[in-house]
Amino acid sequence: MSWLIKNASILGGEQQDMLLRDGVITEMGKDLQDGEAEILEAAGLIALPGLVDLHTHLREPGREDAETVRSGSRAAALGGYTAICAMPNTNPIADTAGVVEQVLRLGQETGLVDVQPIGAVTIGQRGEHLAELGTMADSAAQVRIFSDDGHCVADPVLMRRALEYVRAFDGVVAQHAEEPRLTEGAQMNEGEVSSQLGLAGWPAVAEEAIIARDVLLAGHTQSRLHVCHVSTAGSVELIRWGKQKGWQVTAEVCPHHLLLTDEQAHSYDPVFKVNPPLRTAADVQALREGLADGTIDVVATDHAPHAAQDKECEWAQARPGMLGLETALSIVVQTMIETGLLDWAGVAERMSITPARIGGLNGPQRRGAAGGPIAGHGRPLALGEPANLTLIDPAARWTVEAASLASLSRNTPYQGFELPARVSATFLRGNATVLDGKVQL
Amino acid sequence: MDTRVPETGVQRPVRKILDAPALSRVIDRIAHQILEKTDGGTNTVLLGIPTRGTFLARRLASRIKAFSGLAIGTGVLDITLYRDDLRMRGARALEPTEMPDGGIDNKRVILIDDVLFSGRSVRAAFDALADLGRPRAVQLAVIVDRGHREFPIRADYVGKNLPTARAETVKVQLAEVDDVDGVILVPAESTPTPLDGESV
Amino acid sequence: MNRHLLSAGDLSREDALKILDTAEQMATVGDREVKKLPTLRGRTVVNLFYEDSTRTRTSFEVAAKRLSADVINFSAKGSSVSKGESLKDTALTLHAMGADAVVIRHAASGAPHRLTQWLDAVVVNAGDGTHEHPTQALLDAFTMRQRLGRDLDGAKVAIVGDILHSRVARSNVQLLHTLGAHVTLVAPPTLLPRDMQTWPAQVSYDLDAALGDVDVCMMLRVQAERMTASYFPTVREYSRRYGLDGRRLALMPKEAIVMHPGPMVRGMEIAGEVADSSRATIVEQVRNGVSVRMAVLYLLLTQDSTGQGTA
Ligand SMILES: [Zn+2]
Repeated sequence: MSWLIKNASILGGEQQDMLLRDGVITEMGKDLQDGEAEILEAAGLIALPGLVDLHTHLREPGREDAETVRSGSRAAALGGYTAICAMPNTNPIADTAGVVEQVLRLGQETGLVDVQPIGAVTIGQRGEHLAELGTMADSAAQVRIFSDDGHCVADPVLMRRALEYVRAFDGVVAQHAEEPRLTEGAQMNEGEVSSQLGLAGWPAVAEEAIIARDVLLAGHTQSRLHVCHVSTAGSVELIRWGKQKGWQVTAEVCPHHLLLTDEQAHSYDPVFKVNPPLRTAADVQALREGLADGTIDVVATDHAPHAAQDKECEWAQARPGMLGLETALSIVVQTMIETGLLDWAGVAERMSITPARIGGLNGPQRRGAAGGPIAGHGRPLALGEPANLTLIDPAARWTVEAASLASLSRNTPYQGFELPARVSATFLRGNATVLDGKVQL
Repeated sequence: MDTRVPETGVQRPVRKILDAPALSRVIDRIAHQILEKTDGGTNTVLLGIPTRGTFLARRLASRIKAFSGLAIGTGVLDITLYRDDLRMRGARALEPTEMPDGGIDNKRVILIDDVLFSGRSVRAAFDALADLGRPRAVQLAVIVDRGHREFPIRADYVGKNLPTARAETVKVQLAEVDDVDGVILVPAESTPTPLDGESV
Repeated sequence: MNRHLLSAGDLSREDALKILDTAEQMATVGDREVKKLPTLRGRTVVNLFYEDSTRTRTSFEVAAKRLSADVINFSAKGSSVSKGESLKDTALTLHAMGADAVVIRHAASGAPHRLTQWLDAVVVNAGDGTHEHPTQALLDAFTMRQRLGRDLDGAKVAIVGDILHSRVARSNVQLLHTLGAHVTLVAPPTLLPRDMQTWPAQVSYDLDAALGDVDVCMMLRVQAERMTASYFPTVREYSRRYGLDGRRLALMPKEAIVMHPGPMVRGMEIAGEVADSSRATIVEQVRNGVSVRMAVLYLLLTQDSTGQGTA
């Protein structure tokens, strides 16, 4: 099927029509006509290349009560995503070719977004021995990002070896920066609020110490380091320093760290418990500025679904993590566009183009469903480019209702928040995955 | 409990029932009656029910002393924790309960209260007394009996019988707490429906 | 007054004084032959204790029984709780049973707050993790008032020991501030929160210097698990720098008192001779606990659901 999108504002700029045919943008311009194509009137909507998430937890295999590849894919499409990278902390852990290929296949079967598996750095994410990184890279999943996310690769020798080893296949190590000894029993940001609430503190230095070390290791090994979910002002400074050195360091920030602070913990409602934790208003400001000036390269969701019983409990017993896929774009609009820190082209850069490049998902278009690496994401909206894009209504305002999200879980920290901007439609290789804000599956 | 004054309704004037000299005469008369009915006040103690009963008991004791020379024992019996309407009235500050020297065992105890209405306060006082000792007899003295009893209770000494409507409020005012002495009748419109006869 | 007692910081000065004054009247009940009041007849108080604390549980139990409430002890051991039932399910069970008040002791900070989200009953925090223990602070203030013979405005109180992990310290700092006292927290820097600019208290690392003008010195226990976690080098050094012994007692003004919420570790934070001296209030603190908890249960269970009492 072909689609003729009328009058969409490209990256928030000029209005143009786009004809999507056979997965490709075959025509662009004013007043396009096509007798066969389905017409989508997009006046007032903004067209961005399909969003790419470098940090998604899908919970399958192992915790299909919290999220499946299918339910997570629905949430992603509704959030404007055309590709997501699935973290390996499933059960079993995705530390072998078998598990990453299973996740890849589940993603293909659903077909709403491209699901790129991330492989574990160490066997069982235990931080002791390297997993078979090369075998995962060579598998059908063609893994390029490796992470023990949820855990830090704390051993400096192991981290050095991982950084060096993945260079052989242009891999990148995505580090969950958390010095484990400094965060034993930690429950929330260490600060004034934790001292009042009697919740054990997760100090900024536990993140910054690892980032400092890893930035130096990236420089020393001339390898690619990606820093997951940067959450402190100090981390932004360290990454800025590493980039100035010319080292291959990239970093991501999560929407919740751009908006929420540790003051939320006063409710003791673990829906606000996340790792790394919500920080202070000064950290939030530094993260926004770091994202604006490019020190932080991308926004990643750290979408972390949890079953009700893992959140409807005492704070200390609750599992850390928040839903993110369906609210990420709105949070970025509120914190970055409405504040004047970014324009729509900047959003496209940080939520599509750069994450696709870091994840190696921006190769030329792949034809057909099987074979070859996942590609065609984060590319310009231009003639001959793959038709992976999303249409956003920037004027819409909507109220977050946990119960009406597509995710199987309900742990959004934004329940009842009124947010700006809404994804109206999403196209993956020219097929509508979302139309009129509704998933097409 | 809602203690707001309703904003609507006709404001009927507060009616003066007894002025200061009249209240003083009433207290004198009760003091005399107590001496008569208790064989000159022998083996008798006065227990005031807070807030105003406390001061009335002291005043009665001082009048009895003036009339007969007898230093009659007095005490305070706070009944708050014995009330059966706490959940409707809400938590109240407690006042100390003080027993007279020599206690109340085998004594004639005269409970002193300002207003007798439903009888609930007096019923609570009986329960409180039972936990504190074993009097030989219990009597009751009040300044105003306004009727509307909900228990089979009557006063042995009454300063003034005052027929009232249920929704009205009778206030005994004492200089010790109210700056003036007297008894007033507050019309229904300007006060909430009282749950009990205790002065507000 | 709030509907629940979760934090000492929720109490206004008026609330706190009302509780202390009421507790003084409740104390007289303990001296009577009939040590029982009918006040809470027909009301149900549940003691929900996830941590063993015979002392606090018994204190609440005696308090509730003196007010004629029905008391159900729902201890974690040997109940559905130990079989993995969640706090939420337990709350729903207690709700269905018609509990009027739930007194909760829990190892997780904030557990009492969570409980209020799942049931209607009045919730009293009997100690939650490293957060708060408001009735302990109330009984401490009650004991101070009694011993010092005056209100606490301007009183100088030193709290010494593991402030970082102490729910007693958190509640005391707030309540004592509300009551007008000046609090100095004394501890090695490792046992103080890193960020405490908003705490209404002074901080000192030097116990000797802090003792010169105190009215009250409150010693806190250092739990065994801290001793192996490098918060300080050795028990001996801790005791030497932060223990209250006879020499330090002599540094304090003569009328100043020594308090300890218990259980004590004699020879560690407090020397035996100090614990047994007439300046120590440890036994009184236990006795006063019952009166204060009677006052709290009475005041919370007889106010209407909007938190309004009369008088
Ligand atoms: Zn992580």
